[in-house]
Amino acid sequence: MTVALNPMIPEPFRVQHIRRETHDTFTLELRPDNGRIDFPFAPGQFNMLYAHGIGEVPISISGDPGVPETLTHTLRSVGAVTGSLSGLKKGDRVGVRGPFGSTWPADASMGNDLIIIAGGIGLAPLRPLIYRMLQERDRYGRVAILYGTRSPNDILYRDELEAWRARFDLDVSITVDQALSGWRGSIGVVSTLIGRIHIESTRTVAFLCGPEVMMRFTAVELRKHDVPTDRIFLSMERNMKCGIGLCGHCQYGPAFVCKDGPVFPYGRIQSWLSRREV
Amino acid sequence: MENLERILSEHPFVKGLEPRYLELVVGCAANTLFKEGEYLFHEGEEANNFYIIRHGKVAVELYTPERGAVIIDALEEGDILGWSWLIPPYHWHFDGRAIEQTRAIALDGKCLRGKCEKDHDLGYELLKRFANVMEDRLESTRMRLLDVYSVRA
Amino acid sequence: MKEQSTQKYFLDAASIDAIIQTSMADGCTVVGPVVRDGAIVYDTVKTASDLPIGWRDEQKAKSYRLVRNDDKAMFAYAVGPHSWKRFLFPPTQRIFRSQRTGKKFEINTNGEQSTPHYVFLGVRPCEVAAMAIQDRVLSGGAYIDDRYKTLRERAFIIAVNCGHPAGMCFCASMGTGPEVKNGFDIALTEVLDEKAHFFAAEAGTVRGEQFLARIPHRPLENDEAEKARQVVAQSRKRIAKSFDPANIKEVLYENFEHPYWDEVAKRCISCANCTLVCPTCFCTTVEDVTDLTGDNAERWRRWDSCFTLDFSYIHGGTIRSSVRSRYRQWITHKLASWIDQFGTSGCVGCGRCITWCPVGIDITEEALTVRNQSSPQRKPQEQGVA
Repeated sequence: MTVALNPMIPEPFRVQHIRRETHDTFTLELRPDNGRIDFPFAPGQFNMLYAHGIGEVPISISGDPGVPETLTHTLRSVGAVTGSLSGLKKGDRVGVRGPFGSTWPADASMGNDLIIIAGGIGLAPLRPLIYRMLQERDRYGRVAILYGTRSPNDILYRDELEAWRARFDLDVSITVDQALSGWRGSIGVVSTLIGRIHIESTRTVAFLCGPEVMMRFTAVELRKHDVPTDRIFLSMERNMKCGIGLCGHCQYGPAFVCKDGPVFPYGRIQSWLSRREV
Repeated sequence: MENLERILSEHPFVKGLEPRYLELVVGCAANTLFKEGEYLFHEGEEANNFYIIRHGKVAVELYTPERGAVIIDALEEGDILGWSWLIPPYHWHFDGRAIEQTRAIALDGKCLRGKCEKDHDLGYELLKRFANVMEDRLESTRMRLLDVYSVRA
Repeated sequence: MKEQSTQKYFLDAASIDAIIQTSMADGCTVVGPVVRDGAIVYDTVKTASDLPIGWRDEQKAKSYRLVRNDDKAMFAYAVGPHSWKRFLFPPTQRIFRSQRTGKKFEINTNGEQSTPHYVFLGVRPCEVAAMAIQDRVLSGGAYIDDRYKTLRERAFIIAVNCGHPAGMCFCASMGTGPEVKNGFDIALTEVLDEKAHFFAAEAGTVRGEQFLARIPHRPLENDEAEKARQVVAQSRKRIAKSFDPANIKEVLYENFEHPYWDEVAKRCISCANCTLVCPTCFCTTVEDVTDLTGDNAERWRRWDSCFTLDFSYIHGGTIRSSVRSRYRQWITHKLASWIDQFGTSGCVGCGRCITWCPVGIDITEEALTVRNQSSPQRKPQEQGVA
């Protein structure tokens, strides 16, 4: 795993491209600006993105780890920093600190069936895992991608999802909470899609990312299918100020989400997930 | 009919049902086929049937003037559709529209209702199963009510 | 820093000023206890007369008073609201400046605050322990607070064993006092009776030895060593509060949802005093500020507290919105999670949080109550969620 250059100082990156995904979600494609040629990272890691003078936010990297010349982040405009970043144009600069955090065990899962379950913008931190898996598709068994979001208008990465769905070696299912007439897909929360795939519990690894309550219920559903707790991985989120385990904000029980996570095996946090205000 | 019995008897819904009741249910069953876009039922109509979906997809919809038809639920292979036949005043509350060509087993609810009145054991068996279906549907709906993907300011 | 010298020396009372003057001549900044605003706090000292000579402190839950004793004792108090972290880990610190020109911005870390060579005079054993704990947090992990590390390495620690523990001290229970065992450059014990006023001194490092060699000293004679031992022995007896930290981690984890936390929450006003006075609390936040043009920005780091409402804010809301959850977070972190995170308890038993709590919440009493009322929850069922 690569170590950041100077972990407290943001490095300016140049906006190469900004893409509107949905009404409130956008993807930034960044290029290094300071002489470095690429930004190696592992799927599941995040950066602290700095909007000059406004602040920082922790955002998972959502690009292809096999193409580290471009650094990709998908963000939702929800506050001052993300709002500012959503207004960026090509050539503007963003500060980057990272990559930080634990990773989806992509390589360790080879030889298994994968179930990749995403809720809403949770698809973004899982996308690097999907790319990594596709790069060595034959090293994995069956792969199912289950994606749930609020409505058809909120579907991220539509083109890619359609391309993945067209493949014979991927089982892609999409569901929404609500839709207008004209929607031909499923309705319901994403955990309901689990019942539709065949799970071999002894050779399955599941990766979950989305709102915490969605991950909690989805993990329970997977447990009903006997998927072991050390083979279910979640990506957690908490307030972060430093991203490097020094400011104390991201604590979740005894774990620091920034350095012990954000990816956790379900078994490690299972008891904390069911508690309130952790 | 023999074909229908085999299909029905394999469905989890009738699991554990005594053979004489299964026979009764089969007796009220018929194969149906809906073309894409065809309505199975309309809001307000008398609810005389319920369906077990074999292939395809059915949207449960409600029409609103501002937004047009909003899909409340979408039922797929293996799902049970419709309990209004069990609950007075026995009217459908939503529209049911086949999103794609759908094969379903239609069960004569009105007829079954009569039989349940006479044989409460049968009634209990059916109600037990429908309680399950409703609970499942309710939990799913509640989860969607949470609107987990929204951002609150 | 761990070379132990067992030889103890006699320093007369005037040596303290010699220590201060020698340090200053070396270019160091001497920090020690001074009386200010009705408390004994830590600040720069220039001569021994700056020290709280003749002062005592009386501490109870939610009460701190200075009392004049009118004798020559320089260190006859326990601890005040300050700890040494305010020098090693300053309350505010600029991290960088960023200047924007057009689309670009450039970050500058030149000329950030200096890193003085501190001499800390009067470090309590519990405080020495607290520094060791903060070392693990701030310079023991994968990412290090560089400035802390530099200041810490430069700091010269002159510890003073406790002769006058205060009402809320429980260092003995936590294994951190009233006598310091290691982690110091020089350790002193002040002896003051009708006959004499002197300091028993020992060096804890080569650096300490070298410094002591420059201060007038001689080996201890007659009953001097025994007197010094008695000071510590008396302190041990006078420590009134005790707390058994055994299995407290399991107790706190298992009773996370115990209804008792509601009781504490009724009293706690989430004022954050406890985190401010605690010598091991390390939480910080960052603030990004700009001038009116927005082109010149600065990022500052400042102390933060898990008791604030926005400490755990993520988009959509604050996770720990109730006072109950914030108090629980603090005590569970301090006594339980810290052990899993850093290998030791986060508490050194200095008692500050009890003294300085406006409503007098006592961390040891709360922990003991939960232990006594412990009713570990069932493990969450596989199917359902609690």
